[in-house]
Order: sequence, then C-alpha cells, then structure tokens
Amino acid sequence: MSVLLEVKDLKKYFPIKKGSFLSKNVINVKAVEDVSFNLNEGETLGIVGESGCGKSTTGRCILRLIEPTSGTVKFDGKDLNKLSKNQMREVRRDMQFIFQDPFASLNPRLTVGETIIEPMNNFNVGEKKERENRVKELLNIVGLSPYHLTRYPHEFSGGQRQRIGIARALSANPRLVVCDEPVSALDVSIQAQTINLLMDLQKQYNLTMIFIAHDLSVVKHISDRVAVMYLGSIVEISDYKDLYDKPTHPYTQALLSAIPKPDPKADKNRIILKGDIPSPTNPPSGCKFHTRCMYATEICKTDVPEMRKVNDTHSVACHHAKI
Amino acid sequence: MEEKVELKDEVNHEVQSLWLNAFKRLMKSKTSMFGLFIVLVLIFFAIFAPFVAPHDPIAGQLSLRHDAPSAEYLFGTDSQGRDVFSRVLYGAKISIEIGVISVGIALVLGITMGVFAGYYGGIIDMIVMRFVDIMLAFPTILLALAIVTILGPSLVNAMIAVGIVNVPKFARIVRSSVLSVKENEYVEAAISIGCTDFQIITRHILPNCLAPILVQATLTIGTAILEAAGLSFLGLGAQPPMAEWGSMLADSRGYMRQAPWSVMYPGFAIMITVLGFNLLGDGLRDALDPRLKE
Repeated sequence: MSVLLEVKDLKKYFPIKKGSFLSKNVINVKAVEDVSFNLNEGETLGIVGESGCGKSTTGRCILRLIEPTSGTVKFDGKDLNKLSKNQMREVRRDMQFIFQDPFASLNPRLTVGETIIEPMNNFNVGEKKERENRVKELLNIVGLSPYHLTRYPHEFSGGQRQRIGIARALSANPRLVVCDEPVSALDVSIQAQTINLLMDLQKQYNLTMIFIAHDLSVVKHISDRVAVMYLGSIVEISDYKDLYDKPTHPYTQALLSAIPKPDPKADKNRIILKGDIPSPTNPPSGCKFHTRCMYATEICKTDVPEMRKVNDTHSVACHHAKI
Repeated sequence: MEEKVELKDEVNHEVQSLWLNAFKRLMKSKTSMFGLFIVLVLIFFAIFAPFVAPHDPIAGQLSLRHDAPSAEYLFGTDSQGRDVFSRVLYGAKISIEIGVISVGIALVLGITMGVFAGYYGGIIDMIVMRFVDIMLAFPTILLALAIVTILGPSLVNAMIAVGIVNVPKFARIVRSSVLSVKENEYVEAAISIGCTDFQIITRHILPNCLAPILVQATLTIGTAILEAAGLSFLGLGAQPPMAEWGSMLADSRGYMRQAPWSVMYPGFAIMITVLGFNLLGDGLRDALDPRLKE
C-alpha cells in the first residue's frame, strides 16, 4: 500500500488581537500543534477527542480550507502548502470534505441537482450528458430518488441532507474524503444508516478517509486506525483493535472507560478526569495532560513527551506508558 | 427506507421555492398589498400615460391659465394653461425612471463595493468602508447638489447624482450580509469543490444576501424619487417644460394663491408614490424575514 497523505508537524494558531491599535498584543489560540501522521491509500483514520481539541481544525488544515500556520501536508507526493491558489483548485478534485451540520452545508438557493453537479462542472468531469447521468447514479447510491433533483434543501430532513452532502463530495470521484463529525447532528437511527453508507462507499471506491468524531463507538465501527487528540496534539495513534484492547495513554483509557456499556451488570470502573480541559491559549507546560492525569509526576510538568512506539502500528506520547 | 414512502405522498404537493413562500406572506399583509397596489397603478400610468392622458402635457392654451378643476381639466390648469392631470400622469413615467435607474446605479456600485469589502476583508475592507464613511458624512441633498453642479443640470445627471448619493447604504448592507453569509459551511464547501472566487460570490453568497438588498432597494426607490424631485424643484434636475413633479412644484410655486391645485396635485402625487414604495418595502422586509418561516 502506498502512502497517500503525509502530514508533518502541522500547526495552526489563531491570533486574538487585544488592546487598542497602539499597544497591540497578540495571543495565539494553539488549535493544532505538531500533528503528524501518514495515511495509506484506502485506509480510514479516525480522529477522536473532546470538543475544542482541534480535530476539525486539523481536517480543515489538511484540505487547506483554512491556511495552516506551519507544517507540511503532502498529498500524493505534492506539498499542498506550496501550491498556488489555482493549482490548489485542481488538486481539490481529489480531496473532499463532508461537513458536520447538514443544515448549514447546503446552499439553500440551489436545487439538489445543481448542488451535486457543481463539482463536476468546476472540475470539467466528462460531457454534460455523463454528468447528468452521474448525478442520478449518485442520488441512487445515497438512497434518494431522481425526483428529488429539482428540490431545494429545506424540503429534506437532516439525514437526507447529509446524504446530499455525501453525494456532492463524491461527485468528482475524490481519493481522500475528510468527514468532520458527519453524524453528530443526526438522530441515532439515522447515524447508523449514514455510517453504513459511508463504509459501503469507502469499500466501493477504495476511498481514503479521515473520520473525525467525538464518539468512540462510532469511530470503532468505521476506522482502520485511530488517533486520539488532546488540546491540539495527537497523544496516541494506533490500529483500532490495539487501541481499544490495550489503551496506553491515560487519556485514551479515560475516554474508553466513558463509553456506555449496554450490560448494566458490567463492572463500572470509570476513570473520571478531574477539572476542565485547559485553555488552548496557554496550554500547560511539559505534557499537556499532566494537569488532569492521575499518573503525573515531576517529569510530566517539565518535559514534553516524545511519540514512542509500542509496536509497529501503535505509538503513544506519555512518559509513563509501559512499552 | 421508510422515508422514501413518506416522501412519495409528498411529491404531488407544492414544490415551492423560498420566494413563493415570501410572496404568500406578503399577500397576507393588507398594508403592503396597498403599497403594491399603488406601485402597480403608478407603473400602469407610467406605461400608458400617452393613451390615458386627456391633453398634451407640454403644449398649453394661455387663454386657459389657472382654470380651476373641472370636468374637462380634472386637476385644473397651470400658469401656462397646461392640463395638470395630464402632466401628473406623464410625471409618473419620469418618476419611475428616476427611481429605477438611480437605484440601479446605486445597486451596481454598492454591491460591488460591499462584496469586495465583505469578501476580501482586511485592507480592502478598510479602504472601501472609510470611503463610504466619508460619503455618509455629507448631507445627501448637499452631495447630490454638488454632483449635479459638477455634471451640469439635467434629468440624467440628477439620476446619476441620486444614484451615487445612495451608494453607501447599499455598500454597508451588502457588506454586512456578505460577512454573515460567508461564514456558512456551504461557502467552505464551495471552496472545497473548486469554485473560483467569482463563482462563490455570484452563486453562493449574493443569492443568499438578496432579501435585505431587495428591501433596501424598494425603500430607496421612494427616497430617490423624493430626492430627484427636490433637485428638480431647485432647477437642477428635469428642465422645463418637462412634466416632472418636482419641477411642476417649482414652476407653480409662485401662483399658490391663485391656483393652489397646480401645486397641490404634483405634491400629492409625490407623497402617494413614496408612501406606496415605503409600504411595499416594509411589507417585503417582514415577508422576507427568515425567522418568520412557517
């Protein structure tokens, strides 16, 4: 398998300007800090973490929907951050984004047909007739009917809208799809439907996917590998099986213990984290997790833990991880 | 899959656009329908004035100066013996032209400036909006006077002046709508599906800013007619003997005691017209308010 996406030391700081224009002082919100990972063709990477930990920002930075502060993103060997605006537009054909909120991600003034055909028109895919056929085919794939083509988004339910969004993303045959919490705005019954649809499509088109979510059970279902993020950094990245069976980072352990278990008699030794997630404007020194970690010692406050390998596919950033 | 069944029942029902919805809501309000009625009557006279008017609006009979309203001359005659009723009808055409053309000018310039400021932001925003602030600092009629003085008095120049005076309103409204629409995820989606800036603005942003622009345009047609009439009254807009309401007022002002009808009716026409556009504009504002969606 070849590496399709290579992310290295990705950083995104959002500056907050305070004070008058005479005494400017800029505070940075460190949304994403030193995120690195590789993604093979046809693989699905799940990214999980609390809200505000930079999952979505990472996804958007990879597709350059927002400009990263520094770091490199290599897609199929091309360094995306070095491309001009026009070159970038060409590359976008191969990489698409599925949005979280199906109510905000569709233009209310365009019909479903116009929305789905737009990427093909922009990227000059095929002849006019082929595009129209492809739209119908896509509607069919995502479980909508041809008569929906001339309708407007406000006539659809949330789940249907999300499927329209998926059809739009797939319209120009992308290779990489970043899904930003695609099911968190949907009802539980629709969630399963949408996830199954995504998994089918992933197999059918051999898509490479980044699946961002805060729900570990959803991620478990769809991912080959899982990355756990805390305060803008990846703390653990692993094969999904390894991660769920042998979580190494204390934060991962806490997250996993929070998954509700269907069996009421199962032993409930939940790890409850103390305190809130620290502010990303002023993250803690050393290991960012040390303020809430039950194993924290002196070294955690001073030294930033390196990513260490547990095995070939499993890495963790913790001083106390048993390797 | 049960959703499909559910939708099939729905398929024969109205497939209605957002605009149709808004129009239905507009129909419900009596005052805005009254405004629409006035505007439609005005447009009717603007188009059919030559067929409806009983007399020539320009050539008068001096022997019939200052005749009181009668069956022959509904609104009486003015100082040149011209039929005031016919002149008021012809004036509707000119007023509609003034309203539409000057607001058109204001729209084109205002939307362009507002879009650049709102979409690109930063230094462009700064320059455009400070320029708009400077324009706003002038009293409108003074600015219009200055522009007409530079261009020379004529009806076309008055339209241009009134258009330019109204640019800041549109620039500000467009900028603020662009700023809010731009934050929507569908704009981000447009970037990711490879739209150019031009496509994003014209396909994804502007159509979604249309409601406030439309409301402002309708309201501004009213004020534009008023401002142009003011310029004509001062002798800087329509030139005699053109049948323009403002210049009719100016012509007959001196004879207010002998022939009050020659001043009253043009003034009344201006008032009714502006009222019609204002009522329609207010109604549109309510009808297009997204919070009122049923």
